[in-house]
Amino acid sequence: MLLILLGLACQQGFSRSLSLATAARHGGQRMHSRPRYHAALVALWTLLPALLVLGLWSLLEPGLMRSLILAMLPPEVAVLEGRQLEAVIARIEALASGHGVAGEVAPFEQAAAEQLSFLQNLAFLLVLAAAAGLGAVALFLARRRISLRLRARDEVERALRFLLLLCSGVAIATTAGIVLSLFTEALRFFSFVNPLDFFFGTVWNPGFASTGSDALGRYGLLPLLWGTVMVAVIAILVALPLGLMTAIYLSCYAPRKVRALVKPVIEILAGIPTIVYGFFALVTVGPFLSTVGAAIGIDIRATSALTAGLVMGIMLIPFISSLSDDILRQVPLSLRDGSLALGATPSEGIRRVLLPAALPGIVGAFLLAVSRAIGETMIVVLAAGNSPVLRANPAEPVSTVTVTIVNQLTGDSDFAGPQSLVGFALGLTLFAMTLLLNIVALYIVRRFREQYD
Amino acid sequence: MTDLTFSAAAERRRERIRASLARRHLFERLFRGLGLVAILIGLALVASLFWMVIAKGYPAFTQAKLSTVAYFDPEIIDVGPPPERQAGQSQAGFRAESLAWQRRVTTANWNLIVEEAVRAAAPSGFEIDRRAALALVDGGERHRLRDLFVADPGLLGQRVPIELLASADVDNWLKGTIDRDLPDERQQLSAATRRLADELLAGGAIDFKFAWHIFTNVDSRSAPASAGLAGALVGSLYMMVIVVLLAVPIGVASAIYLEEFAPKNRLTDLIEVNINNLAAVPSIVFGLFGAAVFIKYSGLPISAPIVGGLVLTLMTLPTIIIATRSSLRAVPPSLRQAALGLGASRTQMVFHHVLPITLPGILTATIIGVAQALGETAPLLLIGMNAFVAAIPATPFDQSSALPSQIYLWQGNENRNFFEARTSAAIMVLLALMITMNAIAVLLRQKLERRS
Amino acid sequence: MISFFRTAFPAAAEPVTAPLKMASYETVRTLDPKARPARLSARNVSVFYGDKLAIDSISIDIPERSVSALIGPSGCGKSTFLRCLNRMNDTIEGARVIGEITLDGENLYHPGLDVVELRARIGMVFQKPNPFPKSIFENVAYGPKIHGLARHKGELEEIVVTSLERAGLFEEVKDRLHAPATGLSGGQQQRLCIARAIAVGPEVILMDEPCSALDPIATSIIEELIHELRENYTIVIVTHSMQQAARVSQKVAFFHLGRLIEEGPTERIFTNPRDQRTQDYITGRIG
Repeated sequence: MLLILLGLACQQGFSRSLSLATAARHGGQRMHSRPRYHAALVALWTLLPALLVLGLWSLLEPGLMRSLILAMLPPEVAVLEGRQLEAVIARIEALASGHGVAGEVAPFEQAAAEQLSFLQNLAFLLVLAAAAGLGAVALFLARRRISLRLRARDEVERALRFLLLLCSGVAIATTAGIVLSLFTEALRFFSFVNPLDFFFGTVWNPGFASTGSDALGRYGLLPLLWGTVMVAVIAILVALPLGLMTAIYLSCYAPRKVRALVKPVIEILAGIPTIVYGFFALVTVGPFLSTVGAAIGIDIRATSALTAGLVMGIMLIPFISSLSDDILRQVPLSLRDGSLALGATPSEGIRRVLLPAALPGIVGAFLLAVSRAIGETMIVVLAAGNSPVLRANPAEPVSTVTVTIVNQLTGDSDFAGPQSLVGFALGLTLFAMTLLLNIVALYIVRRFREQYD
Repeated sequence: MTDLTFSAAAERRRERIRASLARRHLFERLFRGLGLVAILIGLALVASLFWMVIAKGYPAFTQAKLSTVAYFDPEIIDVGPPPERQAGQSQAGFRAESLAWQRRVTTANWNLIVEEAVRAAAPSGFEIDRRAALALVDGGERHRLRDLFVADPGLLGQRVPIELLASADVDNWLKGTIDRDLPDERQQLSAATRRLADELLAGGAIDFKFAWHIFTNVDSRSAPASAGLAGALVGSLYMMVIVVLLAVPIGVASAIYLEEFAPKNRLTDLIEVNINNLAAVPSIVFGLFGAAVFIKYSGLPISAPIVGGLVLTLMTLPTIIIATRSSLRAVPPSLRQAALGLGASRTQMVFHHVLPITLPGILTATIIGVAQALGETAPLLLIGMNAFVAAIPATPFDQSSALPSQIYLWQGNENRNFFEARTSAAIMVLLALMITMNAIAVLLRQKLERRS
Repeated sequence: MISFFRTAFPAAAEPVTAPLKMASYETVRTLDPKARPARLSARNVSVFYGDKLAIDSISIDIPERSVSALIGPSGCGKSTFLRCLNRMNDTIEGARVIGEITLDGENLYHPGLDVVELRARIGMVFQKPNPFPKSIFENVAYGPKIHGLARHKGELEEIVVTSLERAGLFEEVKDRLHAPATGLSGGQQQRLCIARAIAVGPEVILMDEPCSALDPIATSIIEELIHELRENYTIVIVTHSMQQAARVSQKVAFFHLGRLIEEGPTERIFTNPRDQRTQDYITGRIG
């Protein structure tokens, strides 16, 4: 229906403005805007009221229907609470829409369903009529507005700009949505479990949903946090030296051709999906470390913090290398020349002038890498084992925050129990940590860039 | 200072400098060597990763298949001819008859037909244990034979040459991925099956053929040898389409607004900060968001490509916005001035003059963004795609799998010997797709840049 | 124009002979009997950037403890030549140097020569002051520290103070030696760079348009400084200002399109150039 309206509006707007334009040309004047702008404007004006009506209705409808159903329930059913009430309402809605329900249909349910469907159809027709009516009125009014002097193009462009603004708002909406949804679910979790127990608890042992609410389980964050930190530390220990030295070599020593060849290859490491890294860790690196460990005499498990950390480090190498390379190239070449002209070797210049000058930027890159390591999921899911216990030995399996989120939310438990909700609390914690790191890192890097612009 | 003391001091200086030279040059060489080692390690890691994936995945593309003849024995398939629509018969009645006939076909002893087919391939006189014969062939093959018959009931009584897929364990055994020296209790297959398999391979009845079904079949639990990626590929395709349809317009619109129209106020700053932060949020948080909002609140179906597509769109948005903005910034101001000078309004200038030039950049960024989104696994797991789905989704609202989540599922399969190779093969497919897309993006960028 | 130089150098008022219309590629040289012996010599030095020839067969002697100025229109190769003297062209990828440059008879492009040591003997000051983002003290101490010139802290301080004094900067910064060097004015920063170069104890100081980024007052301070430094150091200065060359130098070499056209005592070059192109440049016809 909307399309018909739209088409009609466009055609009307177009024809009217066209006729006006030809008349004007005969009269020696010129229209401000081309016909198609007028058409677009008319279409917009027509759509607006129709959309408003429909939008309003879709917002109000669920609430309205619900109260209608509640009004139609016999008294003994109306006093039901919580989940049982929801179930009854759901059944009536299902009946009304023709899906049908399993089991016996009580007479009151049938009656309520029939009334509901009647009302729904009536409402639909009314809304349709209203939208169409308003649309037609708007069309008529808008059409009358078409004149030589109507600055249709400006209005259309203003509308367009507004649309663009809305799109940009999607970014804010997403962040807000993330924060909001995580928060609400986490709050729901904290109604089950004391936040202090969560944030400072040292045991992670969630109960199973089948055992009901008495075996609540222990939800201590610390073992998970420890696992996350341990894996991240190992990863950074691997990635920082390798990434930094790679960046230094590529920007200070490598001839142009070597750099042009090597840089894309290292970038490939950055593009490989993390699940491939996880698989690589599980299948190749883990057993390799085990055999190496056996040869030296230490017991290294195949899935452990060491394995996951090592492979995560490999994943981070191009990340640190790229960022550092950008940062090193921002330091002006004149400093390098100055150092060389004084008789310093290139390494001395790098160590004493370049790196200190680039330090803020490199710290920023480091923080971003840590943030990435903390938030990484697939590598640890596959390769770190699954052992949420506070342990000091990196050669043992650990659990991280991300692994636990995946475990808790992919089990068979329902969405409303603490087992699943804890995933959101964990997610909130993770989001807060990475947000903090990112903000600090970006701030440092921006200050650094301003220094040299 | 007199000349003499000056030159004496100079000599002393020169001596001291010379004393430290050797050490400094050594350090320089070490430092430089360290840098080179770092690069070599990086290159070696890339090489070993690809080597592992290819070496492990390559064998999975060929599987053992048994060439034999299937006899659609009328004594076993004891069903009448398929029902035909009678005059005056209702639609429902005809359907009931057809279903009843199909049910009779299903209950026929297809295992026996498979067993006979295996016997037909074995050299004469070779003892074949009945269980061994069945264990030789993949569980899904009997269904395939049945489907062949239902499609063409005229096959009744015919001997049809056919290639039967060997079961996963037999495939392992014949490829040598299982240790042949393990004692019988620890072997997956019985001794009889193993002997049969070896014999058939030696005789040429079993051969390794290219496993096309990896691409055309859906995933399967009961018939692991025929498990394929079809469902996952279609699911991923739907998601990528959704990403392109949603992320590109919204992202480009946002970038245009921020770059061309936004006033320098707090709101704009806030939007920019948000975009930069979103780009760095861990993917799993997006998954949580998707689970909470799209599934729980909006009630969209679990494990559906639409949800995955929406989540991936949000993840790809920052990339597209940032890339579009830098493309817009790269347009020379002289072009903008020229357009404005000709009397174009700001909007016209942006859309008619600037935007067309930035299209190559936007296109490249889109392709790269899509390639990245293709490999994201964590958010998909959280919206339910860790479940086993054995169907190709007909619409984006149907339950589906996706390529990365399929890899995750296969990776966890108990039949490690068989599925390790299969997972690697799936990874090869994923990497091949990503490399192709990136290559296209780079080529496009070069070609379009050369033109302008 | 020539009359200006005439009044600047009244003693050299020789009868003006019409400049010879030279079209050959031979450098016109005038010997200066008063000149000191040459420390630095170049013989047939050419520099290629890739396939492009930047400077062509330059041969010149730089007398010790005096100021030699390289002048010429922009892009004529004077900076390139300057950078050959302390092998800074090595840092440019694709640059190739042919020919011989000797310091006290030692060929600087000999394969066994230690560039690090060389650059401690031939220092450089750049066009745009480039102090390190460190304190004033650390900037000057950089060179001595690397080369191991000071055996203990006291010696280091002595070197820093002496260098700053010699660069004429000490009085202005003695109270804030540990303040960041980037807080100094342009002229002060350039003097700091000179102090930094001096701290290593070079014999030769190369200056690549040291005043072009500075205001006139700072420029005159530095020109005075150069005059003082002349007593102890050999200075080669590239300048695009002829007046500056006339003010500070004893020897002038005129470059044009990668070639050394004419060289000789400053007075004579400016009052009585032998080559038509030199004359054109000085009178402002070219460049």
